Amino acid sequence: MIKIDKLTKNYATLEALKAVSLHIPKGELFAYLGPNGAGKTTTIRMLTGLTRPTSGTAFLNSYDIRKDVLSAKQQYGLVPQAVNLDQELTVSENLKIHGRLYRMTRKNIQNRMSDILSYVELSDYTDALVRTLSGGMKRRLMIARALMHEPAILFLDEPTVGLDANIRRKVWALIKKIQQSGTTIFLTTHYIEEAEFLAHRVAFLAKGSIVTMDTPRNLIDRQGKWAIDRISGDTLDTLYFASRKEAENFNANGDVQYTLRRVNLEDAFIAMTGKKTEPAAEFTSAPPSHHGSHKGHSAHGSHGGHGSQSVHGRHKTH
Amino acid sequence: MLHGMTAIYTREILLLRRRLPKQIPSWSVSPLLYLIAFGYAMGREVMVDGQPYMTFLIPGLVAMSSMTQAFAIASEINVARFYWHIFEEFQAAPISNLSYVLGEVMAGVTRAILSVLVILLLGALFGVTLSLNPYFWLAVILNAFVFASLAVALAMLVKSHADQSMLTSFIITPMAFLGGTFFPIAKLPIWAQKILYFLPLTHAATAIRSAALNLRVEWMSYGILLIIGMVFFYIAVFCVEKAKD
Ligand SMILES: Nc1ncnc2c1ncn2[C@@H]1O[C@H](COP(=O)(O)OP(=O)(O)O)[C@@H](O)[C@H]1O
Ligand SMILES: [Mg+2]
Repeated sequence: MIKIDKLTKNYATLEALKAVSLHIPKGELFAYLGPNGAGKTTTIRMLTGLTRPTSGTAFLNSYDIRKDVLSAKQQYGLVPQAVNLDQELTVSENLKIHGRLYRMTRKNIQNRMSDILSYVELSDYTDALVRTLSGGMKRRLMIARALMHEPAILFLDEPTVGLDANIRRKVWALIKKIQQSGTTIFLTTHYIEEAEFLAHRVAFLAKGSIVTMDTPRNLIDRQGKWAIDRISGDTLDTLYFASRKEAENFNANGDVQYTLRRVNLEDAFIAMTGKKTEPAAEFTSAPPSHHGSHKGHSAHGSHGGHGSQSVHGRHKTH
Repeated sequence: MLHGMTAIYTREILLLRRRLPKQIPSWSVSPLLYLIAFGYAMGREVMVDGQPYMTFLIPGLVAMSSMTQAFAIASEINVARFYWHIFEEFQAAPISNLSYVLGEVMAGVTRAILSVLVILLLGALFGVTLSLNPYFWLAVILNAFVFASLAVALAMLVKSHADQSMLTSFIITPMAFLGGTFFPIAKLPIWAQKILYFLPLTHAATAIRSAALNLRVEWMSYGILLIIGMVFFYIAVFCVEKAKD
């Protein structure tokens, strides 16, 4: 259980986090979705005692992070954004030191180590030096280390940043497995698919404030069920519809290049925060399109922009 | 509290053990050069404070090496903090600031003792044997305690690894040459002696040399080292808390 109470952090004149309050029940996988600089890491650093809050506090399983510091720290495992393993030590040495930090007995450490390494599929690397591992293996080792002392809460700060797509899916599967074992997970990400795939609830964070918060399904449904991406000239705008029929009817008399697809979490994110989560999206060249007049209006508003990373549904051309 | 200290200490010792094949030569090089340049080349006839210069020099090198090696944990802590980000793992762990500092200081003292063993071995090769009584080791440990505590405090205050090397050149290197390691400070003008009296290394060199040569026990120097060490240690514990932004 995590309860955050008006947590605030100012760096000089910058308000990195503005009185955020949250309640995350036991066993939930909660995702904090926001662009770089939104305040995701700042939140996790305060919850884990690495940074002092300017005001407000939080409770981890009812331990106040400001008053019962050591008890609060015993409640969680932390996987920070940057790899922070001891590269010159072996996999098992890293885990042993962690176990000692958390007051585990030697015997306890031995047993837990072999269990957790097979859980993250690193048993064959027990005595390997950490610096010889791949990026994906280091991530899994960081997760294993955070779970060594069997914490009730797991903090994951951008757990798949910089990983290849297929390795990312492997880490996702691991995160799902951990959640299913009853661990409460607080995850930050700027990958929309990650939040959509993993989270029970998502909070959109922008400039230190939570813009909205709900299940991914509800956030999407608020936006509409079907979307049409229209390319005209050099702009791409998206129209939202409550049903597929409505969308298809609209298309029937259009004469520009367009794509019909299901609404996804990115649509909801852009509509509500006015931004994309990636700092710089690549420009994807638009297919040749027929120019002409188009009538009609969007059902739930629209947005424009270049190179939106949409998941394409059925492609229709005229 | 003990679990945190042993975890921190174990980590430093594991790293040290892995690097030992490189560390031992690096601990030997500069003492060996000093012994050859100042001790051997000057000849056995040169007497300082009633001792052959070589016999005077080796306890000084013991004081210098235990200082620099204890202080060297600052750079280990910095690499762990700024380069590997491992310090976050300790900050997030349920251990007190006190146990963190204790673990690091003990690691510094261990390094210092190992480097002293190397110097004693070199001294023996040059035909100098010292009296390794408990007072000798007590002085070595107190000296290491002072500089390891200072190292932890400064490592928490600096903002980058470059700052760290600057501190070494402004604090440690001058002290290594002036603190009674290479010459008796009694030869200096009174005003200079008064200044050097405030340097912990001066007291470490005095205490270590007296003990190693079986002269009288310099209690005053032990007391001063203990007090300075405790002050630095206290500051170090405070600085660990300050390291949270
Ligand atoms: N130690 C710091 N000093 C000053 N500003 C900081 C510090 N850490 C983070 N910030 C600023 O706080 C804001 C939020 O940063 P962060 O929480 O790291 O964002 P995110 O993790 O969402 O990318 C950013 O504008 C960042 O520049
Ligand atoms: Mg971040």
